[in-house]
Amino acid sequence: MKSPRPAEPVGASADATQAAAGGPRRPKLAAFVAKTFAIGAMEVRKLRHDPTELATRAIQPALWLLVFGQVMSRGRVIDTGGAPYLDFLTPGILAQSVLFIAIFNGISVIWERDLGIVHKLLASPTPRSALVLGKSLGAGVRALVQAAVVMLLALAIGVHLRIDPLSVAGVAFFVVLGAAVFSTFSLIIACIVKTRERFMGVGQVLTMPLFFASNAIYPTSLMPRALQIVSEANPLTYQVDALRRLLLPGFASVTGPDFALDAGVLAAALVVLVAVCARLYPDLAR
Amino acid sequence: MSAPVIETHALCRRFGEVTAVDSLTLTVDAGETFGLLGRNGAGKSTVIKMLTTLLPPSAGQASVCGFDVVRESARVRQMIGYVPQALSADGDLTGYENLLVFAQLYDIPRAERAERIGRALAFMGLQDAAQRLVKTYSGGMIRRLEIAQSTLHRPRVLFLDEPTVGLDPVARQSVWEQVERLQSRFNAAILLTTHYLEEAEHLCQRVAIMSRGRVAAIGAPAALRAAIGPNASFEDVFEHYTSDEAPLAGAYDEVSQTRRTSRRLG
Repeated sequence: MKSPRPAEPVGASADATQAAAGGPRRPKLAAFVAKTFAIGAMEVRKLRHDPTELATRAIQPALWLLVFGQVMSRGRVIDTGGAPYLDFLTPGILAQSVLFIAIFNGISVIWERDLGIVHKLLASPTPRSALVLGKSLGAGVRALVQAAVVMLLALAIGVHLRIDPLSVAGVAFFVVLGAAVFSTFSLIIACIVKTRERFMGVGQVLTMPLFFASNAIYPTSLMPRALQIVSEANPLTYQVDALRRLLLPGFASVTGPDFALDAGVLAAALVVLVAVCARLYPDLAR
Repeated sequence: MSAPVIETHALCRRFGEVTAVDSLTLTVDAGETFGLLGRNGAGKSTVIKMLTTLLPPSAGQASVCGFDVVRESARVRQMIGYVPQALSADGDLTGYENLLVFAQLYDIPRAERAERIGRALAFMGLQDAAQRLVKTYSGGMIRRLEIAQSTLHRPRVLFLDEPTVGLDPVARQSVWEQVERLQSRFNAAILLTTHYLEEAEHLCQRVAIMSRGRVAAIGAPAALRAAIGPNASFEDVFEHYTSDEAPLAGAYDEVSQTRRTSRRLG
C-alpha cells in the first residue's frame, strides 16, 4: 500500500483475526461477519435500554400521513395512476421516516468520537468496514421498528396495504437496506465534518433535497426533466419503488427486472458507501 | 523478561507547521511500567496515538511486539490494549455489555467469553454493578471498567492515557492498585501518560519527560532525582526539564479534552 494511512482496504483485516492475544484463528470472512454483528448488536442493545426515541420519531411520519396525506387526497391534485393518494403516499412516508432516522446516525459517531469510544474501537483488531457496516445495520434495526409503527398507523387510517408474509419480509429487507445506505452516507459526512454543529447543518441541507427529488410523495412523471435525472440517481427513489411494488396491490409487479434493479442499485450503493466510509473512518481518531 | 516490546526510532509527527513529536527514540521492556510526562501539548498523547496505530507517523519508525505500527498495524492492534483519556465506556450499555462487545471484537472464543468477563468484573470489583447502565457508575468504576475492557484479551502492551485524570483521591488509589495488580499478574508492559508526578513516581519503573516533542530526560524516577541534586524532589526534576517551555500549540485541545473528561467524571 502506498498510502501512509494505517487503514486497510475494505474487508482486508489482514491477519487481524488470527488471535495472537485472543482466541483461535478464524477465517477472515467469518470474523468480518461476526464483528459486524457485534457492532450492530451493540446498537440494538442501546435501543432496548432506551426506546423513548422511537416514540418521538413516530410523530413526524404520523403528521405526514394524517395531515399532508389527508389533505392531498381530498384535492386529488396528484395523478397517481388510479391508486388512492394515501395508498400511494404510504410507502413514500415509510421510506422517508427511514431516511430521517438514518441520516442523523452520523451524529452518534461524532458523540462517540468526543467520548473516545471511536478511538478504542479503531485500536482494536476490527476491520474498519465492519465498524461502519455494523453501525449501519444497527440503524437498519432502528428503522425497522419505525417502519412497523408507520405501517400500523397506515392500516389504522384505512390505507389498503398488501399484508402477507412475503410482502412483510420484502418490506423489512428494503427498510434495512435503505437505512444502511443512508446511515453509511451519514457516517461519511460525520467523518468529514467531525463536529456536531457542522453535521447538523449539512444533515438538514441534504435531507430535504433527497426527499423531494424522489418519487416519495409524487410520481417522477410530474417532475421537470432535470429533477427526474436527479431522482433517478437518488437511492431513495429505488427504495420507494420497491416498497410500492411490495405493498400496493395492483401498483406494479415484484417479479421482473425493475424490482431486481431496485435491490441492485441499493446494494451497489451500500457497497460503495461502506468502502468509502471505511477509508475515512480512521480520520475520526486523528 | 526484558526484550523490548515497544521500540521507536526517530519517530516524528508534524501537524502542518507544528512538530508535535520530534525524533523520539525509546524502548519499553516487557513487564515494565513506563511513564510519559510533560506539560500540556508536549506530545504525549500524539506518541500514544502513533503507537496504537491511530495516527500515522510523519517520519521515523515504531514497532510494538516487533510489528511495525504502519505496515503491520493489524497485528499491532491484536497485541495492545488502549484506554483513551476521554471516557470510552458506553454509558448507554451495561458494564457487562461493554465487556461483551470487546470480547467479540478481540476474537475471544464464544465458549470462554462469559468466564473471562466474569473474572474481569470480579478482578475490578464491578461484579455487583455488571447489569447496571454505565451512566450510573462513579468515575472510578468507569475507569476500572475501561481497563477491564482493554485487558480482556490479555494484551502484551497496555496504553493508558491519563488514567486518573478527574478522579477523586480514593478512586485514583483504586485505579493505581488495579494497574499494579494487572502488571504483577500478566507481566504486560504498561505505557501511561500522566500529569500527576507522584503517580508516575509511584507506578513507573522508568519515565520519559517530554518537552516540545522531544525527550528531555529518561530514566528511573530516583535516578532522575539524584541527577538534579541530593535533596531534589520529583517536582524539581520535572520543572528542571520543562520550565523553559513557551506556551505550546495543541495545548488548547488537550486542556479542553481534560476538562471535558473531568466534568463527566466529577
